[in-house]
Amino acid sequence: MATHQYLGGQPDEALDRVDGRQKVTGAAKYSVDDILPGLTYAVLVESTIAKGHIKKIDTKKAQSAPGVLAIIYHGNAPAIPGYETGGNPAKPPTGGEPFRVFQNTQIYFAGQPIAIVIADTYERAIYAATLVETEYNKDDQRTDIEGNKDKAVVPKGPRYADYIRGEADAYKNSVIKIEAEYIIPVEVHNPMELHATTAFWDGEDKVTVFDKTQGVKSTQRSIMDAFKLKEQNVQVNTDFVGGGFGSGLRTWPHVIAAVLAAKKINKPVKLVLTRPQMFTMVGYRPYSWQKISLGATRDGVLTGLTHEAISETSTYEEFTDRTVDISKVMYACPNVNTRYKIVALDKSTPTWMRGPGEATGAYALECAIDELSYAVNLDPLELRIRNHADVDPVRNLPWSSKYLKECYQKGAEAIGWNKRNPKPNSMQEGEWQLGYGMGAGNFNANRGRATVKATLLADGSLVLQSAVSDSGPGTATTMTSIASNVFGLSPGKITFELGDSSLPPGPTQGGSTTTSTLGSAVHDVCVALQQKMAELVTIQGSLLQGAKPENLHFEKGYITLKTDASKKVAYADVVKQTGSSQLEVTKDSQAGDERNKYSIYSFAVHFVQVQVHRLTGVVRIKKVVTVADAGKIINEKTAASQLMGGVVSGIGMALMEDAVMDHRFGRYVNNNLADYHVPVSADVPDIKALFIDKPDPFINPIGSKGLGEIANVGFAAAVANAVYHATGKRIRTLPITPDKLLR
Amino acid sequence: MRPFKYSASTTINSAAQLLSANPNARILAGGTNILDLMKEDVERPDELVDINRLNLSVVKPITEGVNKGGISIGGLGKNAETANHPLIRQNFPLLTQAILAGASAQIRNMATNGGNLNQRTRCPYFYEVSMPCNKREPGTGCGAREGINRMHAIFGWSESCVAVHPSDMCVALAALDAVVKVQGSSGKVRSIPFAEYHRLPGEMPEKDNTLQHGEVVTSIEIPKNNFASKSYYLKVRDRASYAFALVSVAAAIEMNGSGIKQAWLALGGVAHKPWRAFEAERFLAGKAATADNFRQAAEMEMKQAKALEHNGFKIELGTRAIVLALTRAMNGGTA
Repeated sequence: MATHQYLGGQPDEALDRVDGRQKVTGAAKYSVDDILPGLTYAVLVESTIAKGHIKKIDTKKAQSAPGVLAIIYHGNAPAIPGYETGGNPAKPPTGGEPFRVFQNTQIYFAGQPIAIVIADTYERAIYAATLVETEYNKDDQRTDIEGNKDKAVVPKGPRYADYIRGEADAYKNSVIKIEAEYIIPVEVHNPMELHATTAFWDGEDKVTVFDKTQGVKSTQRSIMDAFKLKEQNVQVNTDFVGGGFGSGLRTWPHVIAAVLAAKKINKPVKLVLTRPQMFTMVGYRPYSWQKISLGATRDGVLTGLTHEAISETSTYEEFTDRTVDISKVMYACPNVNTRYKIVALDKSTPTWMRGPGEATGAYALECAIDELSYAVNLDPLELRIRNHADVDPVRNLPWSSKYLKECYQKGAEAIGWNKRNPKPNSMQEGEWQLGYGMGAGNFNANRGRATVKATLLADGSLVLQSAVSDSGPGTATTMTSIASNVFGLSPGKITFELGDSSLPPGPTQGGSTTTSTLGSAVHDVCVALQQKMAELVTIQGSLLQGAKPENLHFEKGYITLKTDASKKVAYADVVKQTGSSQLEVTKDSQAGDERNKYSIYSFAVHFVQVQVHRLTGVVRIKKVVTVADAGKIINEKTAASQLMGGVVSGIGMALMEDAVMDHRFGRYVNNNLADYHVPVSADVPDIKALFIDKPDPFINPIGSKGLGEIANVGFAAAVANAVYHATGKRIRTLPITPDKLLR
Repeated sequence: MRPFKYSASTTINSAAQLLSANPNARILAGGTNILDLMKEDVERPDELVDINRLNLSVVKPITEGVNKGGISIGGLGKNAETANHPLIRQNFPLLTQAILAGASAQIRNMATNGGNLNQRTRCPYFYEVSMPCNKREPGTGCGAREGINRMHAIFGWSESCVAVHPSDMCVALAALDAVVKVQGSSGKVRSIPFAEYHRLPGEMPEKDNTLQHGEVVTSIEIPKNNFASKSYYLKVRDRASYAFALVSVAAAIEMNGSGIKQAWLALGGVAHKPWRAFEAERFLAGKAATADNFRQAAEMEMKQAKALEHNGFKIELGTRAIVLALTRAMNGGTA
């Protein structure tokens, strides 16, 4: 369990991170950092072929290597009871069956775990793993989406059927037509922290796991299902997460492998994935081909929008995302249709990666909108305003709140949009061509379910607990801010505990929902605790006896009468009056029916200024302004950090990220951080992160919408559009590397 | 990683003898490449001979011999210290620029000058033991020849190997006409001109250079020159730092009145060794320092280039990079 208490001085508007000191001093313990007595080390052996069967695994040499404790593979793997009864250790996204580790000889992808070697030291485990000899019956693999598009099928779930609003393919009859194809290659989350699991059993039916996960409760559930264990007998701990970006949303086979290994040798086992394994074992953003067709009047009013996409999945599971959905809701257009298909390939299953389908779809849509702006000779900003969706065009419902136009205006002012020469290839600075671009996006602002326990102690301090993990946004900090404001207590007296599956159930951190979901629960539990205190303070023999609860005021650790501030009772005294050491309230909190009356979305716009070198084609991002309508901003510092993080991932998507596979082998050739490029500090300019900061009146009691995903949705398009403005060259295949601009 | 014996030596002679006694021994200096490769199971030495205690890290003026007046840098000098040494910054800013364009600050703090010369290629097929590579395992074929070869060679490659040498420092050293001093167990010192130190792959891609097993790089001598104020190292890459070159150019010009007396040009990221652009150099000698002449020289050099499936862009990029590097060199070596 991670315990976070605000250590700063008197806070101003935004608290410093409650865990900042731990993070920068190295005191923060990540899943890999737990050293238990008697710890042993596990290494996964991977398949070197992409498709076929294991003919034979010979472990003799490896078994006799120094320090080896056990080697588990399909030939000797202990039963995993949940596998046999069809239970899913990790629920598949849409359909199919999750990969079950060490169960049979089938090879689905190169890099598939086929054995696990456990030794007394890490070095000995790695060495022994190289001694495991495997023979295969190899089949020809199919790993390239290009050339296999004819095998694309519509996914099985109902929400993936072709969507038609008005007339399909109406763009064909329009005066102005744009048709363009866009490609995003495979991107890998590559958080700095490798995925790691440490497990140990206590007897036959009780296990403790330290795991890198974005959801301690969902990991607990997966392990319960796989090993048929009771909830109270599976303990999952995730004190800190060194970045996830979606890779920690599922319980992957390596987690089950580590738990299995610990059971087999009855000792604590630590398994840390290698960087190459991060490319094949914990998901990735799937390759996508997209085509956007736009029809418009000469005035730039959209008359038809068709969005087609083909993406990829594994042969054993059907992974889908909302690539085409953004085109349904982003603009007011009477005729919209979408077609979404996937190709099953001999690769591991993709998963959600920051701004999952929306970031993918927004790249294509927002580039096409930019292309249209030049076709109708209109400012791209004006074109977007002209086609602004005043209501949700899919559900024909009002937005709960939408300040996208305000975002446009604020961003345009901050970047100096109107000072640019709108003509492409018209601005320069020495050897560099200068360009401006924009891209917008949205993301469904959800609210899930969470339970928070609040404990008021006799010293007047408050402890809040929920089983969430914080993959970086600063959850404990945000929750402390909410509690401080709602409960009326200085943040230094509030402690937030998380990262422990035995705490009251919290949500998985994903889909930009944690602040909305957990923050609402924190709000509700603080209000409930105040109500309980009000009951106590008004019926017992206190100064406030007989006062009506609605006349009480809670601030800075004191309850006062609204009408008479001199009558005040300290929170600590309320606890003392009860005669017990603490006052507890647990509150479960979830969305109501507001979603039936309103469409609830977050919105953002990104403006960038780029320089493109005239000779070398090198692109430098010089300025970024990102403006978000994410409802009420709880903490401007952590919120701005989150926007900046999304922008950095957007820079990667736009300019460098590309997991390159040699399809002759079905293997990635750049599966390391030297060759798979993510932005380094030198690639990241000054980023201005701005907010509208107006509460959404309907989503939840705190007025906050999601932020994590919109930080990335539409960003890559802004860069591509700026590159076009700088050079007159339209690059429709990401990433925009120098070679593509030489032509 | 595979078990190995660790030996430490305190003299060049003992190091050379330990190495000579075991064909499977490798030198451990900065360790920034050999240890990575051992962890990846690519290099499988059964003995590491640690030479870090040898006294080979000095940067000093050369007071005798053919390179008198030049500077000698020690084989064990750290890349970062070499780049920032006042004698280097003052006399060979080209070398400083090139070193600082490579790797990351952390790696440069550990990596040695000799190790920089002897680092292995970053070709992914070399690194992945389950894929073919003649350099790693002669006879298995070249994975990159028909595979993913965007980062690979356009000059001097063979059907057996299309890998490139990854160094930036070596590109500058090639242009600087450096000389590599090596010493083996016999105690005899050999001087290898830089252009002859690294090899083209030919039929023996497993051999990166002409250093013989048992020899240690003791120092690198850089002769005195007159172009310190007219030199530039240009590195074109996919991100602003910590990326290997798509193409890099070390350019230097010595003027004779208004004309070019001599130009020095070497390219990185294009061949199995730092590619000295002799064709372009010959063309430029005696010509005016104009953009047109730079362009003609670059095109002349690039005529010998032969692209693979994914790296055709390097020919145009290399041409432009030569022009740009020469232009910046003329402008006093600043961007």
